[in-house]
Formats: sequence, C-alpha cells, structure tokens
Amino acid sequence: MKFLERRLLHAILLLIGASLLCFLFSTLAPGSYFDEMKLNPQISSATVAALRSQYGLDQPLPLRYEHWVKSVLHGEWGYSFAYNLPVRGLVVVRARNTLLLTSLAAALAWLIAIPLGVWTASRPGQWEDRLSMAGTSFLLSVPELVVALGLLYCVIRTHALPVGGMVSADHDSLGLWGRVRDLSAHLIVPVATLVLASLPILIRHVRASMMEVLQAPFIQSARGHGIGRMTLLFRYALPAAANPLISLFGLSVAGLLSGSLLVEVISGWPGLGPLLLEACLSRDFYVVVGVVTASTLFMILGSLLADVMLAMADPRVRMDNV
Amino acid sequence: MTSRRKVIGASSFLLALHLAILFAGFIAPSDPASQNRDFPFAPPTRLHFVDAQGRFHLRPFIYQTEPAPEGLYEYLENRAQAYTVRFFVSGPKYKVAGLLPLHTHLFGVDSPAQIFLAGSDSYGRDQFSRILYGGQISLAAGLLAAGISLLLGLLVGCVSGFYAGWIDESAMRLAELFLVLPWLYVLLAIRSFLPLHVSPAETFFLLVAVIGTIGWARPARLIRGIVLSAKMRKYVTASRGFGASDAYILRRHVLPHAYGTLLTQAALLVPQYVIAEVTLSFLGLGLSEPMPSWGNLLANLQQYSVLVSYWWMFLPALALVLVSLGYLAVADAFHQQLQSGSM
Repeated sequence: MKFLERRLLHAILLLIGASLLCFLFSTLAPGSYFDEMKLNPQISSATVAALRSQYGLDQPLPLRYEHWVKSVLHGEWGYSFAYNLPVRGLVVVRARNTLLLTSLAAALAWLIAIPLGVWTASRPGQWEDRLSMAGTSFLLSVPELVVALGLLYCVIRTHALPVGGMVSADHDSLGLWGRVRDLSAHLIVPVATLVLASLPILIRHVRASMMEVLQAPFIQSARGHGIGRMTLLFRYALPAAANPLISLFGLSVAGLLSGSLLVEVISGWPGLGPLLLEACLSRDFYVVVGVVTASTLFMILGSLLADVMLAMADPRVRMDNV
Repeated sequence: MTSRRKVIGASSFLLALHLAILFAGFIAPSDPASQNRDFPFAPPTRLHFVDAQGRFHLRPFIYQTEPAPEGLYEYLENRAQAYTVRFFVSGPKYKVAGLLPLHTHLFGVDSPAQIFLAGSDSYGRDQFSRILYGGQISLAAGLLAAGISLLLGLLVGCVSGFYAGWIDESAMRLAELFLVLPWLYVLLAIRSFLPLHVSPAETFFLLVAVIGTIGWARPARLIRGIVLSAKMRKYVTASRGFGASDAYILRRHVLPHAYGTLLTQAALLVPQYVIAEVTLSFLGLGLSEPMPSWGNLLANLQQYSVLVSYWWMFLPALALVLVSLGYLAVADAFHQQLQSGSM
C-alpha cells in the first residue's frame, strides 16, 4: 500500500509541475485571445480591458495560477474564451473520445504484438523472422502522418467506410446494434493508423526480451523435460520476459497519446487533438492548459498502471520500493 | 566486420540524400516559387524512350503537356514534337548553399516544354523542385533542433552526473517532468503561446528552438548514466590524484565514453525532429507558404479532393520516409557497433 501511495504522490507532483510549466510558457506569449478584438472599431478598448480583467488576464502570473488551481478544485478548470463555457465540460467529452480511441488501439496493438513477437523470437533467422524484421523496419520509418493520409486515401477511394467524425448523421435514429456498428465503422481508420504506427516498436521489444529469456538455462531444462512448444513459450518464457514489456506498456500509452493528436485531426475524430489545435489557433489559453494537463494526466495514469502491474507481477519490485 | 559495412552503407545512403538536398538548386530543374498558372495539378511528365516510329533512344525525351480541351485539370501529351532531356542546361538562377550563384541545372528540356518529374501543385509549381527545396528547410530544422537537444542534454548530463548532490537531484526531477509530458501536445501549446504572424526566418528559428528544447531530457539521462559509470574508473581517480581539473577529466577521460551514445542519439533524434517540424507545418502552426517545407507540401492533402485525385501530392511523404529510413538504419548500425564494443 505504501508503494501505491508514493506513486500517487509522485503523480500529483508531476501534474502540478506540468500545469506550472504551461503557465510559465504562457508568459512568453505577447498576445492573447482579446487582442483581435482591439482591431474591431466597434469594441471600445474599455470593453476589452474589462473582459481581460473578468478572465483575470491582467493579473500577475502567481495570482493567475492560484486562481486557476482554485477553479480546478471547483471543477471548472478555467473558462474558455471562445466557447464561453467552463473548460472541464469541453475537455471531458473530448478526453472520453480520445481515451476510447487510444485504449482500443493499445489493446489491439498488444494483442497483435505479443504473439508475433513471441513467434519470431522462437525462430530467429528464419524467413518469418526476417520478414517481420524488414516489415517493422519499414513501418518504423513511416511517420503516423503518412500512415493516416495513406489509409484515408484508400478509404475515400473505395468508399468502404464513412470518413470524418465519430458517428453518422443518422446515428440517433439507429437501434443499439446499429449504433455500435456505426461507431466501429468510424473507429477503423484512426485505430488502424495508431496500431500500425505503434506496432513495430512493440514487436521488436517483445522479440528482444523473449530472445533473452529463451537463452536462459531453465528454458533448456524445460525443453529437456519434453514440455510442448506452445506451453514453453507462453507459460514459461513469456512471464519471465514480461517485466520490461510491462514498463514499455506505460510508455506505449504515451506514444499513442501523442500519435492520436495527429490522427484525430486528420481523420476528423472529435478528441482532444482537434480541440487543442483549435484552441491553439485562437489562443484560447485555458483550453490549451486544460488539454495539456488532461493529456499529461493520461500519460501519468499510463505509467502508474504499468507500475502497479509490475508490482503485482514481480515481488522484487514491491520490495525495492517500500 | 558486417556491422562496420552496415555503418558505411547506411551512412553513404544518408550522405547521398543530404547532398541531393543541399544541392537542390542544381538538381531541381526550376525555381520552387515559379508558378505556371496554366498547369495546375499537372501529372508527372512521362519520360519516353521509344518514339513514334518504334525506335529506341538511350536519352529519354518528353512530350509537351497540354491542357485537355475539356475537363478541368486534365492534361494530354502533345505528340507532335519530342523534346529530349538535356543535361547541364542553363536555367533559372539559384545559389548553392545560399552562397555560390549559378544557373546550370542537372537536367532540363527546351522551352516551351516543361518537365514536372513529380507533377505540379495547385499553382503549377514543379513539385520535384519543391520537394528538394523543402528538404533543405525540413532537414535543417531537424539537424539544428537535434543539435540543441544534444547540447543541452550533454551539458545537463555532464553536470548532474559529475557533481551529483542537489544539482543532480533537481535536474533529474525536471527531466522526469519533461519525459512525462506528451511532447506533441506541449509542442502545440508552446507554439500557440508564441506569436503566430512573424517573418518566416523568425518562425523557423522559434520552431527549431522549441522542438530542440523540449527533447533535452532523454539524452541528458543517458549521458548522466555514462558519466556516472565513467567517473568511477580508477584512471579518473588517478588523474584527480595528479591534480587534474574537473574540466580536464570530463574532456579527456569521461566524455570519450559518451561519443557513441551521442551519435546514436543524434541519428534517432534527427528524423524525429524532422517529423515534428513536418507535423507542425502540416497543422498550420509551423512554416507557412511560400516557403516550401515537407510539412506544408503535405498540407495540400488536407483537402479531400486533392488527397483522392492527385497521387503525386503524396511524393513529399516518400522523401520523408527515405530520410527517416536512412537515419534509423544508421542508428541501428551505430547501436550494433556500440554493442560489439568496437567504437
């Protein structure tokens, strides 16, 4: 329990650090959302000043930060200038969509990577192994941007799947089964992009750590006892190779999150990515801070989850940290 | 031996790519900004080797592209006259690496024909030339940003590994913070805080500085680890006994251990940062027209009509893939070399 507490405290400190950093960077900004209003002759400069003070933009940085922290504790997360709404409502809806996308992609990517990595590790140098190495090398050097654009091209060309958004226009009129089908049709392109982009690293890591374990003496002796190939690989070798992979799981969440920004923008998925891009272009400061903090929260949760899983899987880790 | 050959192979591939991009002016047949409003979205010009009489020519020739009588953005070849591709022709002026003014181009055709090796964009600008010139911007951004990251990482890593104590502690906590930040989100956020409308050169350096500064944490951690293990060596203690200064020990005995890692990190960071620049420019937060960069060349594809109809607008992506393929191969080869302990 002590272990979990320490990790949680660490996570909270990191979150505070991230939001502080955001505020610090914002002081570099020469302009703000209301600057464009100054160009409009119908709005007096007094109105602009009043708006600025209403949103607390005329206050010094420490005060602004304090104000923001209070607003987070009230469950508002600051106020969006462009939407004229509390940020939390905006971010939570979008974050849910991003979470749906990334968690599906993460699950799928690992489901593919583990068998493939184990299989290629069990036959090093064979044609399957070489093929997978060549494939991963190639995929590794194709950026997500290109994968997303390529998939989008195929989809638009073949009219196989709906493009853009999360649901079709007639979504509400469909039955439950129809809704699920509609949603999954929209999910295919972004999920496939994320899986393709994250797969090569995962396969390589699974293969590398399996290779290492397969050379251990206990595998030799298990083989000598006549234990079947599949049992040997998945029951004996994989758990022994799991530690670095569990740590990688935390990192892979991070990679997926950064990747999903781009994929969401390109395939029109209403997640955090498009919201952040919009807020960046219109300098909607609190939305930017809210999105960055939310995505940092996801990353921290990812690594926290990995830590907890690691502690459950390996008693040595638990002992070290107490 | 084989790993050495790999290093040489991958590096020479990469070198060739960089030279092609550095001498973009020489290789590109036309100016990246010159527009041909009569030829928007012209497809790549076909190189012919066999003429109408069925004779084979070793030197390729092309037919002039002409707008089709009906249909928008459709083109035909005018087979009436063949234009041979000539080498070392004189064309629009350019500067080699921004210094040496020249007007000889590697290849070209006689006017009025025009050669679009990779098609043309919506303003009829030669896509092939734009890819080469765009590479200058994108690669320079990647290289400079990687330089900044490595320099910062080297500095922080050396200081915190060598002096330990509270400096080390606080630097590593900060590194942890930077590692946990989702870098693309932060990049966008910081970019949004910076002025949106500034001169292209300023944007370029701002972009490079931001991309480079965010990525300091990973190299810093790696360098710190190396410094920590190197400073425990006996010869370091010995040279300290002889009265060597910290700077001398760092330079002479500690840093040589870090060169291999630095090179590998550089080979990994450059493509990552090139992609970062491309991503930002693609999203409209990086470099903007008329400056060509791979990002804003690819940004054309944001219109579905362009994405579906004109496959040659994907070609900048091919250049991007080739560059990252080259860098990753070099990083891989360095890594193997490092593991085998011969570097």
